[in-house]
Amino acid sequence: MSDPTQAQGQTQAPPTLLDHYQTEGFFDELIDSSGVPHPEARALVDLIQRLPSDELLRRQRSIERSLYQMGITFTVYSDTAGTEKIFPFDIVPRIVSSVLWQHIEAGLKQRIRALNHFLSDVYSEQAILKEGIVPRELIDTCKAFLPQCMGLKPFHNVWCHITGTDLIRDNSGAVYVLEDNLRCPSGVSYVLQNRHVMKRNFPQAFRASYVRPVNDYTTHLYEMLKEMAPPHVDDPTVVVLTPGVYNSAYYEHSFLAQQMGVELVEGRDLVVDEDQVYMLTTGGRQRVDVIYRRVDDTFLDPEVFRRDSMLGVKGLMRAYRAGNVALANAPGTGIADDKVIYAFVPEMIRYYLDEEQILANVPTYVCLRDDDRRYVLEHLDELVVKAAGESGGYGILIGPHSTKAERDEYANKIQEDPRNFVAQPTLQLSRVPTMADGCLEGRHVDLRPYILCGPDDVWVLPGGLTRVALRKGSLVVNSSQGGGSKDTWVVAEPGQKVADA
Amino acid sequence: MLSRVAESIYWMSRQVERAENLARFLEVTHNLILDQPENVIDPWEPLVQVTADNEYFDEHYGDANAETVTQFLAFDRGYENSMLSSLRLARENARGVRESLSSESFEQLNEFYHFVRAAAERPTIESPNEFFDSVRRLAIHWTGVLDSTMPRDIAWHFANTGRLVERADKTSRVLDVKYFNLLPRVEDIGTAVDDLQWTALLLAISASEAYRRQHHLIEIHKVVEFFLFNAPFPRSILFCIEGADQSIGRIEELSDGDRDAAGTAKQLTESLMQRLHDTSVEEVLASGMHQFIDSIQVELNRIGEAMNQDYFHWVSHQ
Repeated sequence: MSDPTQAQGQTQAPPTLLDHYQTEGFFDELIDSSGVPHPEARALVDLIQRLPSDELLRRQRSIERSLYQMGITFTVYSDTAGTEKIFPFDIVPRIVSSVLWQHIEAGLKQRIRALNHFLSDVYSEQAILKEGIVPRELIDTCKAFLPQCMGLKPFHNVWCHITGTDLIRDNSGAVYVLEDNLRCPSGVSYVLQNRHVMKRNFPQAFRASYVRPVNDYTTHLYEMLKEMAPPHVDDPTVVVLTPGVYNSAYYEHSFLAQQMGVELVEGRDLVVDEDQVYMLTTGGRQRVDVIYRRVDDTFLDPEVFRRDSMLGVKGLMRAYRAGNVALANAPGTGIADDKVIYAFVPEMIRYYLDEEQILANVPTYVCLRDDDRRYVLEHLDELVVKAAGESGGYGILIGPHSTKAERDEYANKIQEDPRNFVAQPTLQLSRVPTMADGCLEGRHVDLRPYILCGPDDVWVLPGGLTRVALRKGSLVVNSSQGGGSKDTWVVAEPGQKVADA
Repeated sequence: MLSRVAESIYWMSRQVERAENLARFLEVTHNLILDQPENVIDPWEPLVQVTADNEYFDEHYGDANAETVTQFLAFDRGYENSMLSSLRLARENARGVRESLSSESFEQLNEFYHFVRAAAERPTIESPNEFFDSVRRLAIHWTGVLDSTMPRDIAWHFANTGRLVERADKTSRVLDVKYFNLLPRVEDIGTAVDDLQWTALLLAISASEAYRRQHHLIEIHKVVEFFLFNAPFPRSILFCIEGADQSIGRIEELSDGDRDAAGTAKQLTESLMQRLHDTSVEEVLASGMHQFIDSIQVELNRIGEAMNQDYFHWVSHQ
């Protein structure tokens, strides 16, 4: 793209990182197809244009160093030397305009309300199944449906207290929901830490972009958790339950507990006595009222779920049913993460809310349906095929990037177990300029906003985790498969609070 | 405070203190060989004895010299009390209780560990003195960060107890082994070498200047007294036990829960403190210093066990 000052012939600017940047026919989050920055990205692009070309890389390295020093790392466990890597971070932020954010926010609130209705219904009346809107067969065959949760009554009828919903934009810039994550969505600590290091490195561009703050997330989280306490408790004790230090999201569990000023407990720190949950402290037992659990549903209580679970607390579900402790999220919410159930969310929105979806689903072929399956099998080379119960980028076939052998393997799997597969058209995910070998090149991104559901309202963190596929051309953004992350700047509307730089 | 968290903080603190003491011993010994005429005294073998892990050393290294003892005490990954292993364990403990520490403390320990780990990956350390000096500074930095960023709540008192119990143990060991190795060489008493050796001993606990200010000249019984009974000096055994006793007292007060506090650890620190007050250096030397130090180490182990029973694993005893 050209520098405007240069176009006017006033100065001969040295080459900058964006001089040769090409959107290559993809939708770019910062720059339009003719090389002009989107209005909300103006200040940032101007800054990048003014920087000497090696300065951005220098700041990138400095950020990586501080993330390493802060210990925001993954450990490679096979190694007693304790080799560690940071979750790759890219210095160029993604910017979301206030108008687009309004749309996203409204769509997410609607979706969470519908999903919460669904969870409440599917574990009690099952009206939506009786009316045939969601096929009963789907529920009966869903591994994440937990019959042990039938009849549960979470306080305030909130099931999915904390959600991370994966969004993508296609070539036209339209926003789609790609996946729901209602069980234990992770990544919000990276949102806060990415912001922390970006503010230090780009204070001017940050201030000039009117970015909305994200650092009050943990305050909102703590308030929401407190409100979820059993009604008879005056001054509730909130804890975060982690599987422990070997969990890949452990840093986040610890970070959230620290920011909220609550205890981070493991299963072995808790006991249940007469349907009351206690933690073991240096002074004896202390009652626990609200548990933000980052342990999967089926590991929560060996008495009810997996008997071999070492991570859970024996008797926890008894205490929960007795109304003596709140769990966030409620057990059983994982059913909404099933990629086949996902396909029915538009119907849920219609059924429970009598509204049309604001944020569209990616068009999804449900292989359980004969017509859909036939179509999928004939078009495997064009589609993305996903296994219903997998996550983290596993169990996915990206048709256009696949080999014949891989397609044949998936064709067999689909025919053997059609219930377990869905397929979607291969969308060209939007891109953001990203550091690659010291230059800026477009890389594909998605966006995971975080949503808190309280007793009375749904709150969406203005920001989110922008995950980026660092390999050229790759569409897989998961950290386990070569993905990194970026800071996400949501621009404030007039009158809205702006983050301090 | 969660019992598991308390235990991790206590051990984290002990392990960093352990690493610091090893760095001190190694630094002083490396310095000593620069100062002394050749082959007067072999300082390396006693250093292995300080650890009480001679068997491991003999099995893996054999001959004690600057290189093998430095590798063993500083960088041996297989030896769980080496500096590197202690810091790795300390950091693992810290990682497990990160939310109970100040961010600065964790980050400093992280930096400390990475510094030593990076050194361990190099084939040789070019200047041992410079390296151990940096390690000692990082350790002092750690103490400072911990003390100036942590509220004096129960977490800090567990950290302080761990630190002081470990320090008392290491101070007693260095005195024991050095004394044993230095004293038999009667022909050296009163010579320059002897003076140098005792100064090195004081340097190992950063006590040389404080000692000189008080006593000016090296006298064996005064050095021993300084190690054991000097109440104001932060690495003397009496100072460590008094500090641990105070912290355990605060832990008793600050623990809330449904258990009636009945701390064995507190009783043990109180009685050890009393014993130190009631004993003179003349009595120690007359009845055998090794026996005296041995009995202190037994008491320190009992305090460690009592911490375990009183605070970390009390449930299993109900």
